[in-house]
Amino acid sequence: MEWLQQLFNGISLGSIYALIALGYTMVYGIIKLINFVHGEVFMIGSFTGFYAIAFWGLGFFPSLVLSMTVCAVFGVVIERVAYKRLRNSTRIAALITAIGVSLFIQYVVIYIRGAQPEAYPNVLPNRTLDIFGIQISSQSLLILLVSVVLMIILQFIVHRTKIGKAMRAVSFDPDAAKLMGINVNNTISATFAIGSALAGAAGVIFGVYYTKIDPLMGIIPGLKAFIAAVLGGIGIIPGAVVGGFVLGIVETVVSAFGFSLWRDAAAFIILILILIFRPSGIFGKNSKEKV
Amino acid sequence: MRKSVIKILFTASLLGMVLAACGSGDSGATSDGGGDTIHIGVNMELSGAVASYGQSDTEGIELAVEEINEAGGIDGKQVKVTKVDNKSDAAEATNAAIKLTSQDKVTAIIGAATSGNTVAQAQIANDTETVLLSPSGTSPNVTITDDGTLNEFVFRTSYIDPFQGTVAANFAIDDLGIKNAAILADNASDYAKGLGSAFKETFEAAGGTVVSEEAYVAKDTDFRSTLTRIQSANPEFIFIPGYYEEVGLIIKQAREMGIDVPLMGADGWDSPTLVELAGAEALNNTFITNHYSSEDPDETIQNFVTKFKEKYDGASPNAFHALGYDSVYLLADAIERAGSTESTAIKDALEETKEIKLVSGVVTIDEDHNPIKSATILEYVDGKQVFKTKINP
Amino acid sequence: MLKKVNTFWLAIILAFVFYGVIQLLISTAIINPFYSNTLIFICINIILAVSLHLVIGITGQFSIGHAGFLALGAYISAIMTMELGMPFSLALVAGGIVAALAGLVVGIPSLRLRGDYLAIATLGFAEIIRIIFLNIDYVGGAAGMQVTHATTWTTSFLCLLLTIVVIVNFTNSRHGRACISIRENEIAADAMGINTTYYKVTAFVIGSFFAGIAGGLYAHNFYIIQPVNFGFLKSFDILIFVVLGGLGSLSGAVISAILLTVVSTFLQELPETRMIIYSLVLVMVMLYRPQGLMGTREITDYFGKWKWKRIKGGNQYGG
Repeated sequence: MEWLQQLFNGISLGSIYALIALGYTMVYGIIKLINFVHGEVFMIGSFTGFYAIAFWGLGFFPSLVLSMTVCAVFGVVIERVAYKRLRNSTRIAALITAIGVSLFIQYVVIYIRGAQPEAYPNVLPNRTLDIFGIQISSQSLLILLVSVVLMIILQFIVHRTKIGKAMRAVSFDPDAAKLMGINVNNTISATFAIGSALAGAAGVIFGVYYTKIDPLMGIIPGLKAFIAAVLGGIGIIPGAVVGGFVLGIVETVVSAFGFSLWRDAAAFIILILILIFRPSGIFGKNSKEKV
Repeated sequence: MRKSVIKILFTASLLGMVLAACGSGDSGATSDGGGDTIHIGVNMELSGAVASYGQSDTEGIELAVEEINEAGGIDGKQVKVTKVDNKSDAAEATNAAIKLTSQDKVTAIIGAATSGNTVAQAQIANDTETVLLSPSGTSPNVTITDDGTLNEFVFRTSYIDPFQGTVAANFAIDDLGIKNAAILADNASDYAKGLGSAFKETFEAAGGTVVSEEAYVAKDTDFRSTLTRIQSANPEFIFIPGYYEEVGLIIKQAREMGIDVPLMGADGWDSPTLVELAGAEALNNTFITNHYSSEDPDETIQNFVTKFKEKYDGASPNAFHALGYDSVYLLADAIERAGSTESTAIKDALEETKEIKLVSGVVTIDEDHNPIKSATILEYVDGKQVFKTKINP
Repeated sequence: MLKKVNTFWLAIILAFVFYGVIQLLISTAIINPFYSNTLIFICINIILAVSLHLVIGITGQFSIGHAGFLALGAYISAIMTMELGMPFSLALVAGGIVAALAGLVVGIPSLRLRGDYLAIATLGFAEIIRIIFLNIDYVGGAAGMQVTHATTWTTSFLCLLLTIVVIVNFTNSRHGRACISIRENEIAADAMGINTTYYKVTAFVIGSFFAGIAGGLYAHNFYIIQPVNFGFLKSFDILIFVVLGGLGSLSGAVISAILLTVVSTFLQELPETRMIIYSLVLVMVMLYRPQGLMGTREITDYFGKWKWKRIKGGNQYGG
């Protein structure tokens, strides 16, 4: 029974990773940039939701929508101000900019409101259900549901809509896409908007589920979500969700064996093993670099 | 080969330029000292991983300094504070201490908030004969080095980890009648590890059994898998030494999972944020050992709480605030009794500190430079700390 | 040839004269401990910057896990002096060698990766090294290790000199040119018959060795080492030295290491705004001068052009 409980613990942890990884994987898929800022957008989303609930008295769903909107705008601004200029420069320059922007956002937030954590108000009722002897909180079921629904919606957007088609085209070959009359700038901005809105949603849900938010909260979930995205095959939407679940379960199993202190190390070891033996991830296809 | 020569030359000359820049700054900066001000350095974690502790300590310090200056200073001398950020990094703490001692020529340093960053400055304090007073560095090795010698110029305002752990174990056995307990400690903090091992030692010596020993790392957010492990060992009591940021989440998640045994912790729990994080209901049946209680009707304490709320927009002071505040008064008292700002005199006066009334209790400094003071045990009832008992050393 | 050798020795002599002057100023207390400590810290940071420069700037392998090797050097040397009672000099060398071995172990599998993937893999390795130290009680776990103060201006200067001489000579050797060709175009280099894996690993191991040396100096200068000192923010700090100076420019790495150490020391007075300024500068440089302060040029290029012509080791996109 303990193991069944642990498995469920792993899935609920994994669904948080999956939620963040969805946005990560979209942005990476289109501009091939490890968007370190994603973790900070997640943090901003979480704080937006917090202020909406605690000070303006909004309910859970209005706050979620508000936070997604704010983050979408925020993401597009970051893309336009910082990344657009770097589209043709080296990958290293882009990555360093991402690190710089991410530090900048963290410390501006600390400058404005201090580094102390904030506790999320209770907006969603939380009941503990007892199913076959394992304790399941209703909130973790909700998160699981939200991740899967978002994944399906995203999959629909990317594969069935016009903008999705444009995204895939830009991701495949930006120059050719441009020649075919696709507005590359708008497509990239749209990707950032969607990815950042997802991060915002993840921020609010994280806040409700784990209660504690602080200006540096985005770093570790951001890294873990990246690992999840790589695990599933970066750029592949169902891959991000599956990667999140696998990572969550592995971390939980490591803790369940009494090695909770090695949990983060386990995540990084998985990352390295995947990178070395199957760099395209679980769902990815191997591609050879051409001259 | 020629290229390498030029590069070496250039490195050398660049170093020279920096040196020249440093040298020119030197003449202006060292003129401070003596006169009618007392210059105190504050070396704190104002940014980085444990910034919230450093900031709390600093807010307490600033309140106390403001009060002292309004009341006419120490022996008529105004107190001047120079704040330096050590970025929660031991190397930066060392650097900051060197700056404060050699550059600003401070009379004493208050800092740092955590044990590691205080230890990083201890050697400098001894070498430059500057009093170093840590408000909240609770590890024994702050005042006594690993090889057992006393750091002559290092003092602290808080009591040490083993004391709190012992108090908690005795309370669990004597007052709660517990036979088997679990420990869940923050492994990224020497504070929590110290408390955990002291608890285990005392608890087992008194006939109890520790059925499960687990650990987590600061900044973790999901403790469900570890708690599931603890749950399956069926303890009657869980000791959770750690800081409120994680403990709040642990309590919330533990109660959600149906763990309803008494939980206990220490001063690291003390923050209004804990109640917000865990929720008032989940906190019922939990206990802490602490330096003081902001609910304590004692006049000194209430005075401090009122003044603190005035200065910081109604925020409630936590233990770090109180210890930062007390550190200034502890130091001021010593300087007054020494009648001089000469550091050996202050050090001697601090060593002779006897029964001074501070917010965190009546303090006497012992031969290891640690304060002897009572510990308070509090119980959380519906989100409020209720005074349970006071245990004297 | 004779002239070249002479100028080399001239530079060494000048470096020692410079060293002697500083040492004299320190021993006569004209330079107070704060400044001499800053000088030591600058030396350590330059060693770190230059060792990473070899990996990123010369060989073009994007490693953001340099703090892991710094940590290894720091802990191994601290164990040598504190637990085993060995002399400091031996401890430094041991720290460097262990870091180099770790570089070999990390490098062989991960250098097969490219670009971002390599970056993330090295970051992962550095974190794993840190977590290992966190969980070993022998080295104090989270509380860290107390270390005696042994680093002086003399030791740090000698280590710095050694680092620069070795890395400059490596860069200008046949091996260095092979590394540069890998940076410029790995596939082309491979096609030209260069054993790319061998050179990448070699550069990585040399870089790790000097990071380990820097770790030894670091441990014995700051009284205590803790795993938290070697998190990924530390790796970013080192990365920033190299990037700001200009990828591929040794003098750039040296200048920015000096500049940022001094700036960071003086910004201690402005704790709340320090990180904001720091990150803003980083982003601005990347946006408006992505090649860094120096590009791939060396400082000697600016005034030496009319004197001699030579084939430069860098690509020209910066200039």
